[in-house]
Amino acid sequence: MTETIEAIINWLARPSIYVTVATVLSFVMFFNRVFWTKRAGLVGLLLVIVFFAFSLRNDNFRGIVTYPDNVPIISMLIIVFFFTWLSMFQAYRNDARIQAGGRPVEADETHDKVFTWPDLVYPEFIAAILCTAILVVWALGLPAPLEEPANPNVTPNPSKAPWYFLGLQEMLVYYDPWLAGVVFPGFIIIGLMAIPYVDLNPKGNGYYTFAERKFAVSFFLYGFIVLWCALIILGTILRGPNWNFFGPYEQWDVHKLEALVNVNLSEFFWVKALNQGLPANWLLRELPGIVLVVAYLLILPKLLAQTIMKKMYEQLGAARFYLVAFLLICTVALPIKMYLRWLFNLKYIVAIPEFFFNI
Amino acid sequence: MLSRMWNGLIKSQVWNSFFRHGMPSTNRNRVLVMMSNVILHLHPVKVRKSGVKLEFTWCMGGISFFLFLVETVTGVFLMFYYRPTIEFAYADIVDLREQIPLGMTRELHRWGAHAMVITVWLHMFRVFMTGSYKPPREFNWNVGVILLVLTLLLSFTGYLLPWDQLAMWAVTVGTNMARATPFVGHEGPGAALLKLGDISMVHAGSDIRFALLGGRFVGAGALLRFYVLHCIAFPLVVALLLSVHFWRVRKDGGISGPL
Repeated sequence: MTETIEAIINWLARPSIYVTVATVLSFVMFFNRVFWTKRAGLVGLLLVIVFFAFSLRNDNFRGIVTYPDNVPIISMLIIVFFFTWLSMFQAYRNDARIQAGGRPVEADETHDKVFTWPDLVYPEFIAAILCTAILVVWALGLPAPLEEPANPNVTPNPSKAPWYFLGLQEMLVYYDPWLAGVVFPGFIIIGLMAIPYVDLNPKGNGYYTFAERKFAVSFFLYGFIVLWCALIILGTILRGPNWNFFGPYEQWDVHKLEALVNVNLSEFFWVKALNQGLPANWLLRELPGIVLVVAYLLILPKLLAQTIMKKMYEQLGAARFYLVAFLLICTVALPIKMYLRWLFNLKYIVAIPEFFFNI
Repeated sequence: MLSRMWNGLIKSQVWNSFFRHGMPSTNRNRVLVMMSNVILHLHPVKVRKSGVKLEFTWCMGGISFFLFLVETVTGVFLMFYYRPTIEFAYADIVDLREQIPLGMTRELHRWGAHAMVITVWLHMFRVFMTGSYKPPREFNWNVGVILLVLTLLLSFTGYLLPWDQLAMWAVTVGTNMARATPFVGHEGPGAALLKLGDISMVHAGSDIRFALLGGRFVGAGALLRFYVLHCIAFPLVVALLLSVHFWRVRKDGGISGPL
């Protein structure tokens, strides 16, 4: 019985299933009020407790989760769940009030002013004391990790980046370092900084709401919860030696072999489809991929502006809209490449190793 | 007896040189305490009632700042003992745990740093979910994004300092990315184009990763650079930007609320 459940969870945790479930589930949840009630929150909490109570009996799982540097990741998992619930609970509560012709909860007291001493200073003081207490208990109970002295001649397997960058390291499976490690992180920062200038929606300023900013909130939550936090969990718990996938209850076997038969788009096009050898000229060889990428980056935004995102295009104007559309298709480029890898073993869409230029 | 001592104390010249007003039990004194204390006057005298609710702010900005202070204090203690050289770094960390009284300073510093990464994310998450980046707070959101990046960089540079296998290889994995930076990394796209005749300008000994590590691999140069960035450069920039951040919170109308 236990083994069956463990096998099912191991199977569900495979990157393809894991990312699919996380994506579908989060969008179903964002748009459904039933998930953001107090009862749903309690059920979610119960599920987390049951999962950990069940899983901690497993030696492999316990080994990963109780590893000192992984403790913050596990707490982050629970804390992020909780605060997502808390924000969406308040958002749906406000939406119901607005729909009924009322005002958001915050509006009731937004014009009332209270004295900072004691109404703000006391809670801050209590928060500081609580934080200190938690930190001291944490520091007493869990020694900071310290491994063997640094040795350039011995590479640990797996070598992992600090936990908060593990989402980016997971991205390295699908994209080359110049994209996964440099360009995409740059886009994340640029995208975050652009938010106030491309979101012209005057509603939802200073209170929780979902109905009034569906696109903004679901885009942000998808990026933060699925592409950032869920990939960190994946990189921490489910990636072992050689960055191979291991289920949460699976032992990290250094000798696990995974067949890597990844094929470039150029090989699909010239060898498989046209039944001829790869052209010697790199430009000709990679032309199908280049056309595809250029079309994705340049023509798709135009198409979006004329079809499903027409309303947004009219609201934002060309400059703002194309910035949003560009950031959106760059965000979606990650899951697209993931699925291309899982479904077709596609390695690179454009592969020009001559210039270290692979997409 | 005790109350006599207390009365004597608060009437003394010493006490009155510190505090220029009575106990903050009347409205007048509650105003004065906020205005006459340099730290408290970060806050306005009065705040939006909806804005001080814990369920609204989650207190995450405040906790992040508190953790920054904890990191500063524990960091100074660690600097008393730690020497950023290959000979001493690891041994000093071992000493911190085993020889030095109350040997949990490093634990406080490390767990505080991890906690700060999480609280800064959650602070951004809360600010997004309440739409608090919207006008007039656009600029302050951007200051916040830079502070978030700096928090990660502070944590990342600190990760190397224990000089154990975990530190060295995590930073190797992280900085290997820099190799692939377009144009300025020697394995990045476009780097091969930057040539003077036959001499390539961007190679392993001159690219962005070399500048970051002070060498071709994570060694003595990297340890010193990360130490200086971690203890001096980044904290100074964070302190400066935090002042701007707090000041702009006030200038942009305090904690956000429905208009």
